[in-house]
Amino acid sequence: MIAEIGHFALILALLMSLVQCVVPAWGAHVRDERLMAVGDTAASGTFALVLIAFVMLAIAYVGSDFSVANVYANSHTAKPFIYRLSGVWGNHEGSMVLWVLILALFGAAVAWFGGYLPVTLKARVLSVQASVAFAFLIFILLTSNPFERIDPAPLEGRGLNPILQDPALAFHPPFLYAGYVGFSMAFSFAIAALMEGRVDAAWARWVRPWTLAAWMCLTLGIAMGSWWAYYELGWGGWWFWDPVENASFMPWLAGTALLHSAVVMEKREALKVWTILLAILTFSLSLMGTFLVRSGVLSSVHAFAVDPQRGVFILAIMTVFTGGGLALFAARANDLKQGGLFSPISREGALVLNNVVLATATGTVLIGTLYPLALEAVTGDKISVGAPYFNLTFGPLMIPLLLAIPFGSFLGWKRGDLRAAAERLLVAAGVALVAAVIAFAFVSPGPWAAPLGLALGFWVLAGAVWELLFRARLGQAGPAEVMRRLSNLPRSAWGTSVAHAGVGLMVIGIVGTTAWQSEQILAMKPGDRATMAGYTLEFRGIEAGRGPNYSEDRARFIVTDAGRPVTELFPSKRLYDAPRQPTTEAGIHAAIGGDLYVVIGDAQNDGGFAVRLYFNPLVRCIWLGAILMFIGGALSLSDRRLRVGAPRKARKPLVVPAE
Amino acid sequence: MTRKQRRLGFILAGLVVIGAAVGLVLFALSGTITYFKTPSDLAANPVPAGQRFRLGGLVADGSVKRGESLDVEFHVTDTIKVLPVVYRGVLPDLFREGQGVVAEGRLDELGRFRADTVLAKHDETYMPPEVAKALKEKGVKLGDGATHPGASTGTPSQ
Repeated sequence: MIAEIGHFALILALLMSLVQCVVPAWGAHVRDERLMAVGDTAASGTFALVLIAFVMLAIAYVGSDFSVANVYANSHTAKPFIYRLSGVWGNHEGSMVLWVLILALFGAAVAWFGGYLPVTLKARVLSVQASVAFAFLIFILLTSNPFERIDPAPLEGRGLNPILQDPALAFHPPFLYAGYVGFSMAFSFAIAALMEGRVDAAWARWVRPWTLAAWMCLTLGIAMGSWWAYYELGWGGWWFWDPVENASFMPWLAGTALLHSAVVMEKREALKVWTILLAILTFSLSLMGTFLVRSGVLSSVHAFAVDPQRGVFILAIMTVFTGGGLALFAARANDLKQGGLFSPISREGALVLNNVVLATATGTVLIGTLYPLALEAVTGDKISVGAPYFNLTFGPLMIPLLLAIPFGSFLGWKRGDLRAAAERLLVAAGVALVAAVIAFAFVSPGPWAAPLGLALGFWVLAGAVWELLFRARLGQAGPAEVMRRLSNLPRSAWGTSVAHAGVGLMVIGIVGTTAWQSEQILAMKPGDRATMAGYTLEFRGIEAGRGPNYSEDRARFIVTDAGRPVTELFPSKRLYDAPRQPTTEAGIHAAIGGDLYVVIGDAQNDGGFAVRLYFNPLVRCIWLGAILMFIGGALSLSDRRLRVGAPRKARKPLVVPAE
Repeated sequence: MTRKQRRLGFILAGLVVIGAAVGLVLFALSGTITYFKTPSDLAANPVPAGQRFRLGGLVADGSVKRGESLDVEFHVTDTIKVLPVVYRGVLPDLFREGQGVVAEGRLDELGRFRADTVLAKHDETYMPPEVAKALKEKGVKLGDGATHPGASTGTPSQ
């Protein structure tokens, strides 16, 4: 019964999204307020119906109803509650329902909180949003129905892949989807604006909070995925340039560019055409990511089960929305009015540089991801494009961007003074220089470029901190006055600085761990000792243990630093009950200076065990940086400016906002 | 500066960045990509020793031998040809005889494949797609035993 309610709710949601797509658009066309208002109700309705379907699926999972094929294939009664729940989105069908749920939630949020929007724009946004939901609901119902029954119902499920039974991964997909599905809002606003034939600063102000919210979620989602890969896969790495990682990273890059170009549009009415294009492309990249992950065209550790029919269907959806969006853009872009002028040396100029670099970087990632597909289609050669390609292309492109970030914040709008900005940034340059010198002098040998990379990270970090202090007049005013000024700075200023500081911290982490990671592979017998980065590890043997749904061989290592006890680490090899699959659990001693990371391998012929030791310097900074970016986004989102409507020109009759 | 000159300036700056990126992409693509080969591909088109590539196939049954201190030897087969592989290090969790595997490395003078990375699948029901495809092209039927190792016996490791 539960499954049937869910299935029925999905069908109703499909019909409701059709109503939401057609009626408000028609209403906007004939200027009928009542028809447009139908959009609001329909958006709430679509969301409620998809939510019902989602909840029904969750009930089937939590209650282990194995008469539902999807639950049988991906769940097991012995799984802890949290993983029975996260199993809902740990598979293709269920995760599609979550995908559409988030899509419908964003649509409904416009209906609920979009009272300040012009009625026709709002109606069209809801309509475009519903068209995406409609397409994906058809996709789910025709190719990926999560509510299919099996008869007779099996007694026990097949279980969830154990590497997915993990707290970080339980919440990785919801954030990831909230991110790249959230970019649908930017797309819907762009298409609606093109339909209206009018784009102005106010438009940028309306679209920015949605884009920002989506970007924040995507940032956190990607960071969680990276963190999970780091400790769960047991390779000591945090990013693999895997095609599926790239699939989520490309929308992030484009979305980051979009956030910055929308700032220019909001403040200066410039870059309109580009911002609209970027909004369309960002969501297109999200759709492409969905296609790449779910069609099985890519070879990846993350790829879902392969089904060509699904791939073709998503490709068709992607073609319709990307192609349609770009066609509308081509037809209408010329009608958009030219915006404000600015000199190349200005804040706008810096933001343009940001956009050029981020867009180009997205392009290089795109080429690296799709090139193997293209080559195989043309010549039949199977190749893989791995980390060296991305390090060689993406890496150098980031250098001008990172150099420019602090300048951007210190340049004025319209016409900036590069020299004055450089003088003000001497402090940050000094910090960067000191960092580089210390790294050259005291850190064990590594690549020559590493201290420079570290300096770049400190430059961005110090530049961001200094921007706040400078605006608070540090050095000119007394401490009390500085504190007062700091607390009076707008939240958006704090947001910018915190997010940029996050970028700096992340660069520091990436450079540190890439340049100075050390690795040892040893065969150790109980009682053996090994040293790593100043720590001494004593292997105390292996013990058999038992967890809720797995058995494990748990190794014990006693870690000391110059005789002083530090911690004990318990890396293990687990064998899950269902499916019977082994996993490796790393033992990690985390510290801000670097992680000690131990993985236990196979038993050797002589009674020893293979042991892999890593020291990953500064690796925590990567995820801390991502968290700072998230916090920065949240601060900016909470700025009063974004919550109120656009400033209205005094000449126009004053309209009271509906808020 | 007039509007046109400014725009030209921006376009030039953009072209410089994009030009640099294109250069980097071409350079990187010519130097860093690795080809995927099966033992049969190698028999048909030999690869010189020292050139990096990825070898894919099944770990031949009964071929895994452990030597001194972390040395491992095994054979990779596409059921038509076989290639010996030597590796030193920790094998992935799902490395097993009869299972799909992708190894990255070079051929040595003895004609053995010296792997520096060995990848197995991350899921019991999942086969590296290149391997599945290559085997299919070779006409190898992938039965349940191949895609569901739960049914297969022989676990050399663990």
